[in-house]
Amino acid sequence: MPFSRRLAPYLLVLPGGLWLAVFFVVPVAMMASLSLQTGNLIDGFRQTFHWQNYTDGLGTYGDTFVRSLWYGLLATILCIALAYPAAYWIAFRAGRRKSSYLLLLLIPYFVSFVLRTVAWKLVLTDNGPVLGPLRDHGIVPSDFHVLDTTTAVVAGLTYTYLPFMVLPVYVALERLDPRLIEAAHDLHADRTAAFARVVLPLSLPGVFAGVVMTFVPASADYVNAEILGGPRNTMIGNVIQAQYFDDGAYPVASALSFTLMAILLAGIFLYARALGTRGILDTPTP
Amino acid sequence: MTSPQAPAVELAGVAKTYRSGTTAVRGLDLTVHEGEFFSLLGPSGCGKTTTLRLIAGFEEPTAGEVRLHGTRVTGVPAHRRDVNTVFQSYALFPHLSVFENVAFGLRRRRVPRGEIAARVGAMLETVELTGLERRRPRELSGGQQQRVALARALVNRPRALLLDEPLGALDLRLRQAMQVSLKRIQREVGLTFVYVTHDQGEALTMSDRIAVLNDGRIEQVGTPREVYERPATRFAASFVGTSNLLAGEVAEVAAGRAVVVHGADGRIEVPVRGAVARGRRLELAVRPEKISLGRARPGGGLCGVRGTVTEVVYLGTATNYNVTTSAGADVVVFRQNAASADEVAARGDEVWLSWEPDHSYALETAR
Ligand SMILES: Nc1ncnc2c1ncn2[C@@H]1O[C@H](COP(=O)(O)OP(=O)(O)OP(=O)(O)O)[C@@H](O)[C@H]1O
Ligand SMILES: [Mg+2]
Repeated sequence: MPFSRRLAPYLLVLPGGLWLAVFFVVPVAMMASLSLQTGNLIDGFRQTFHWQNYTDGLGTYGDTFVRSLWYGLLATILCIALAYPAAYWIAFRAGRRKSSYLLLLLIPYFVSFVLRTVAWKLVLTDNGPVLGPLRDHGIVPSDFHVLDTTTAVVAGLTYTYLPFMVLPVYVALERLDPRLIEAAHDLHADRTAAFARVVLPLSLPGVFAGVVMTFVPASADYVNAEILGGPRNTMIGNVIQAQYFDDGAYPVASALSFTLMAILLAGIFLYARALGTRGILDTPTP
Repeated sequence: MTSPQAPAVELAGVAKTYRSGTTAVRGLDLTVHEGEFFSLLGPSGCGKTTTLRLIAGFEEPTAGEVRLHGTRVTGVPAHRRDVNTVFQSYALFPHLSVFENVAFGLRRRRVPRGEIAARVGAMLETVELTGLERRRPRELSGGQQQRVALARALVNRPRALLLDEPLGALDLRLRQAMQVSLKRIQREVGLTFVYVTHDQGEALTMSDRIAVLNDGRIEQVGTPREVYERPATRFAASFVGTSNLLAGEVAEVAAGRAVVVHGADGRIEVPVRGAVARGRRLELAVRPEKISLGRARPGGGLCGVRGTVTEVVYLGTATNYNVTTSAGADVVVFRQNAASADEVAARGDEVWLSWEPDHSYALETAR
């Protein structure tokens, strides 16, 4: 019996572990090796262990990295601003129809996100159904654009990753015992104080999860910049995609990917540290 | 100082019907005096928690009004009412330390920092939690959590403390210890307690006065002794302690007493208030410990009812005799096991039950 007891955890981890090994560890290792190679598609690549791909990448695309992180940050902040009130309302005020409202909020995301983004493009294009009439009636100047602007890309990113913020925040708020809010009022907290001292701190773990789940993919996104943005809105995802698929510059693309990964990991780590591990990483049990 | 009879909490015709249509409270009239330990006693679902929530301001009455220290508080939100609550589930803030939990109310009221530290420290000492300031609620035992909840409410020096079955989640031994210390704290601080419980023993031992609630109505308000010795209604008689219920026809009425005939030869005298018609059926109750067992018909103005012993239950310090009267009522007789006494009766014996007329009490007929 002790033998099988000791074996059980490993057996349980095995399928997931294998999956990760085959589809995550191996590709990442291959990419890491690729990022330290030199050469081109025609002559082939050689393992040189030169860091040049990294230094070149950062040198050439430094401002693109900054822009990507900036867009990711803006989208994350907008996601919090939109998701928190909605999740709050559903968790505390929607009563028995909670699930219906949540579903309603998520229904657009059943549509392929490329399709959704393309639809945005059609709606927001210069002579489209929104801007066309507005321009015709002189409500906006004739050189007013939405597409190809920072606003368009950030709005698209916000829209794409909104559910990843709504869901964890909703779960955190939904789990919150309403009697704690009553206790706060009983102890002379008005609505603002009850929110700031009880509801907000207890929902922060959800916000933290939401930030990680929106900021990371939003910063690495390339579809929104590709479809809604212009040449001045290029994100690092677009660069990696172009290097890889258009130029066949696999080592450079890999090096850029690893740089992005390192930056995001460092960012998340610092963020977790700044917020304090105690309140965030060990979720309070109600 | 306020006079001892000043009203701390008053309910006047208070009723509450929830939006679901459930009427939890039907027209309560109550006055809790300053400094009093007042208990709301009743079975599950009778509206105790609702009553407390109406006082605290979490619910607004659908009729009637609540007054705190003479001021009508209809529409005053909970955070501006000078009462604090000890919740049945404690509702401690899981993200705050013991210290911060207790300091919560003081911080909201912008009490100076130094004073907060002093008051919280003193309060934690009172409830014997010194040294646990930095713990989180989940790192405490049930009894410790209960004391944090108590300290968190008491430290605000409210004009009335509302407690909703505060000891309900504790085991028996801890509960008895906490009953003693709650009562001690209440006496020391001189605070008004409105204490909800469904445990009649707890209510009897701790309270200055008790309101017995049933189905959203008050059955009786009185001191523990009054409620136990003179239950006003059938419900109060059966809910508080054990009561033997007997019924019979009124044969004569004289000098504030009715004589009730029970069975063929049973004769019970019972004090009555007001006029009682002869020939009317009257229900009355007697406590098990007031009844004596004997072989012969009692004389000397005692009440007497004949019956058959159906069961003898030995309890160590006492013995319970179950007797079925000649009129078919089941009666329990509680008899202390004195030094020399043997069993006075065995199963199947014919016995006479007797007691003082003042120990039986007529019950108000059901409303
Ligand atoms: N928020 C609510 N909405 C609808 N009905 C309620 C609500 N709260 C309580 N009730 C109903 O009101 C009645 C009284 O409930 P209350 O909680 O006051 O009882 P209680 O005396 O405290 O019972 P217990 O001893 O079980 O705690 C019950 O029938 C209950 O189902
Ligand atoms: Mg209750």
